Amino acid sequence: MKSALDWLDQRTGYKRLVHETLYENVPGGARWRYVWGSTLAFCFVIQVITGCFLWLAYSPSSQTAWESVYFIQHEMWGGWFLRGLHHYTAHAMTVLLVLHLMQVIIDGAYKAPREFNFWSGIILLLLVLALSLTGYLLPWDQKGFWATRVATNIAAITPFIGPELQKIIVGGSDYGHHTLTRFFALHAGIIPGLIIAFIVGHVYLFRKHGLTPKEPRRRPDAAFWPDQVLRDAVACLAVLAVVLFLVFRYHGAELGAPADPSEQFSAARPEWYFLFLFELLKYFPGGTEVWGAIVLPGLLMVVLTAMPFIANWKLGHRFNLIYLWSMLVGVGVLTALAVKADRNDPEYARAVLMAKRDADRVVELARSPDGIPVTGAVTLLRNDPFTQGPKIFAKNCASCHRYDGHDGLGGQPKDKPSAADLKGFASREWLAGLLDPAKVDSVHYFGATKFKEGKMVKYVQDDVAAFNAEDKQALQKAIAALSAEARLKAQRDLDKRDEGLITEGTKALIGSRMGCMECHKFHDDGEENAPDLTGYGSREWLVAFISNPAHERFYGDRNDRMPAYLEEKSLTAQEISLVADWLRGEWYVPERR
Amino acid sequence: MEPNADSPAQDRRAFLTKASAVVIGGSLVVAPVVAGLCVVLDPLRRKSEAGASVLVATLNSLPEDGEPRKFSVLATRVDAWNRTPNVPIGAVYLQRLKDNKVRALNVVCPHAGCFVDYRSANNNDFGPCHNSSFALDGKVQDPKSPSPRGLDELPVEIRNGSEVWVTFQNFRAGVHEKIPV
Repeated sequence: MKSALDWLDQRTGYKRLVHETLYENVPGGARWRYVWGSTLAFCFVIQVITGCFLWLAYSPSSQTAWESVYFIQHEMWGGWFLRGLHHYTAHAMTVLLVLHLMQVIIDGAYKAPREFNFWSGIILLLLVLALSLTGYLLPWDQKGFWATRVATNIAAITPFIGPELQKIIVGGSDYGHHTLTRFFALHAGIIPGLIIAFIVGHVYLFRKHGLTPKEPRRRPDAAFWPDQVLRDAVACLAVLAVVLFLVFRYHGAELGAPADPSEQFSAARPEWYFLFLFELLKYFPGGTEVWGAIVLPGLLMVVLTAMPFIANWKLGHRFNLIYLWSMLVGVGVLTALAVKADRNDPEYARAVLMAKRDADRVVELARSPDGIPVTGAVTLLRNDPFTQGPKIFAKNCASCHRYDGHDGLGGQPKDKPSAADLKGFASREWLAGLLDPAKVDSVHYFGATKFKEGKMVKYVQDDVAAFNAEDKQALQKAIAALSAEARLKAQRDLDKRDEGLITEGTKALIGSRMGCMECHKFHDDGEENAPDLTGYGSREWLVAFISNPAHERFYGDRNDRMPAYLEEKSLTAQEISLVADWLRGEWYVPERR
Repeated sequence: MEPNADSPAQDRRAFLTKASAVVIGGSLVVAPVVAGLCVVLDPLRRKSEAGASVLVATLNSLPEDGEPRKFSVLATRVDAWNRTPNVPIGAVYLQRLKDNKVRALNVVCPHAGCFVDYRSANNNDFGPCHNSSFALDGKVQDPKSPSPRGLDELPVEIRNGSEVWVTFQNFRAGVHEKIPV
């Protein structure tokens, strides 16, 4: 064995290399405060390993980026864990960079002759932040997309070259395939390559000048191995433990809904360690943004870079310390202000909730038997009644109608409701309310419309109110029969079970005792003086109604204020289908596994 | 061993050798770098195809009290090698004014490109990211607002009595002037 190692050593000289690596002198012995550099190197190794594996499954294009990340996160073995490791290690790295910087400045390790070591460290800090910035976009979700728009728009205000710079970064005048290919090349190739080069230089310079001991030295000098190595290893273990805790606590990294340039995203925020810059921008009035986004951070960095020179001055080191602490406090205060502003903003809370709803929903759709089409997951959400229905309702219907008392999205429109509440439209429960003398003229039904004085309300309040017990029973059956016309998904089992009752109900509905057919039409019976009850509440009926409620089949010229959405081109046929499906509770629901 | 550089001829020869080595060695990387730079800089010569008039809505879908409504702008989206017709390329707030006129505002905030949120409670538009605030007509409301200019108004044309056609365009963020991108 020994001769074999000797043979190897003669040809490679590895023994000297190992010896130099392990027996580096640590003046004053091993200490915990020297661990930060090693923890950063450790994190970088984790990022390279997890990053390469993520790379094996990632596809940078605007139709496949989100989709491939979804696949990693939700379908591949341990994908969420791999992504979580990569994500939270990036967070850890930012924190450790700050700690390392603090240790270097407080211990005076930045002073001559270690200037180049310090500067290479600052470059490494900036490169790691650049990794965060580029990595944030790669999942191509709403959050990354909108945050990157802001970041690249800031690049555009760089004096002289701004707009061209932005075009080169974005890969065109709009965000798309080439934004992703560029960001990905930077994130996975160019920046890591630069980081490796600078780490080599950084460590070389560190070894050349040796460690800067913290005075007073507590113990005699010792070798790097094994005391300091043990401390470094324990520190790395602690970092890993924190990262693992976060990965399990949050079940990996978040993945929002796929990027959609036409979809509102008010919850756009940068990653938490950039929040101070985000907050800073609020204080620079129009046109002076360049000071907050570029000049001020630039000046702060210049002073940081000049620290080794400043230290030559008698009070220089003290100045540097004060500068360091004021920067940290400044960043802390700005971050706290940003967090506080969002906490006190109900609109932001709502935006976050909506973002979460879309993010959860698109995963349900992606996991449906149909899967993700080649046009990308964004079309899943655009064609989903559950997602689009409430949005279309809030925008087009909720100025008069309500859905369970709100505008479909949980908000309250400016005006009071002036038409029926459509939650559960055409269900037995909804119809029972309509035919309840106490409810029919409430705001929930006809109360705020011109039909308040109409025949239907009068019928319910006079005739139905006078029904005897037997009539009431017949009414219940008629309601079941009418509701069955809608073929609601939620009542499918009920309608099947009550087949007999529905047949009886149909007889009651067309019977003279109820009197419905005096105004309404139902299949082959009745008059056409009120909305047709044939197929009442069915998809076809509802789509036709929304398309034109003033059609002969419905209200005719007695129509109140409801617009003919299709005829007037206020909504497209597809939008009407989406809102109709949503009102009918007709959307994909995953089967419980 | 240093080469003997006593005589001027040898000196000159040594200089030529060094200079040639540097020039030849350095020029070797020119080809790949220039080729790469050409591709990287390619986006500079591409112009966006925006500026065409698009049917966005009808007059009837706009409340008469002038409350803004958000509409997607559907057009052909060009993303490098893909051309997709009839997809959202952006969005506008439309407001009905007197005499059946319509005002169209691009929803993108001129500050840093966030989506502007209309909040009916305050009766104004409101930039969600950096506290910009805009009046209903798109003008900057607060003198301390981070936005350098009001929301970008887009040309509107009413065709066939009720169709609202908007000439959609995005503008550069963060500057006082309205410069198309």
